[in-house]
Amino acid sequence: MAVIRRLCLLTVALLAANLAWAGGIEVREFDDPVLEQRYRSLTASLRCPLCENQAIDDSDAPVSADMRERVYLLLMDGRADIEILDHMTERFGDYVLYNPRLEGRTLLLWGLPGALVVLGGLLVVLVVRVRRNASAQRLSAEERARLDALINRERSE
Amino acid sequence: MKRRLLLLLPLVGFLVLSIFLYRGLSLDPFHRDSALLARDFPAFDKVTLEDPERRVDRALLEGQVTLVNVWGEWCPACKLEMPQLLDLADRGIRLVGINYKDTREKGLEFLEEFGNPFEVNIFDPEGNLGFELGVYGAPETFLVDRDGIIRYHHTGYIDPQDVREQILPEVQKWQ
Repeated sequence: MAVIRRLCLLTVALLAANLAWAGGIEVREFDDPVLEQRYRSLTASLRCPLCENQAIDDSDAPVSADMRERVYLLLMDGRADIEILDHMTERFGDYVLYNPRLEGRTLLLWGLPGALVVLGGLLVVLVVRVRRNASAQRLSAEERARLDALINRERSE
Repeated sequence: MKRRLLLLLPLVGFLVLSIFLYRGLSLDPFHRDSALLARDFPAFDKVTLEDPERRVDRALLEGQVTLVNVWGEWCPACKLEMPQLLDLADRGIRLVGINYKDTREKGLEFLEEFGNPFEVNIFDPEGNLGFELGVYGAPETFLVDRDGIIRYHHTGYIDPQDVREQILPEVQKWQ
């Protein structure tokens, strides 16, 4: 009985700790589910400038809280997603975009995986062709004679 | 012979990739250019830390090269870099502070304790001027030229070596 009680206490304590920890990130209420969805995806796609690899929806850095608030205010102001992302990159740089934009500077980044797939495909085609040609080659008279000799030996044994 | 050389291709690819990734290890992700470089210092209309009656705006930063330092009493690295800022002020460089996310009382206490290299301090308790500047932690320092355009940005603590090797050359460049 005492064990169960202790376990219950532990569970409650853990839950409380969890709640206290989650308290770092505020909860925002939206009347409009579309706005809420946009808020979620925007805050998930913006990177915290301070913490290197955390989205602002997951970070308790002060600057992330400021950015979430700004996203919220701009959404309430009726701004488009692209305007909100521009608003952030104008201040914090392209660094805050988890999805880098397709532009001259990022061409290599976006193009390289595709280029590598194409290159690999070409290589496979090339190798297969070379192999097929090699196996289809005719045997020379000498090779034919050796092959016959080998087969005959096998049979006679 | 040619076919043999072809066998080395994966090794070459591996070496190139290794060098590329190894270089990445030594890059500091905090050393990235501010998005505001070569752009106007953002417009603002604020009161000063020293005098709640005095309003200042962007015109404050026009006419001469200015170092704008973002600081707060809550920021330990700001205390460490004060001697370097005082040194810069002694060399005749104009410094303007932004008291960022701080209270007036604590900000003034800080200046009393650690010295005041600033001609004036812009009071930014909510941090919205900091936001316009893309500040994500204090201290941060911006070099603004005589036309009010941001020319250089330093993230984090300025040590004596930074003063010699980065700050002073940049100030001279835009003077």
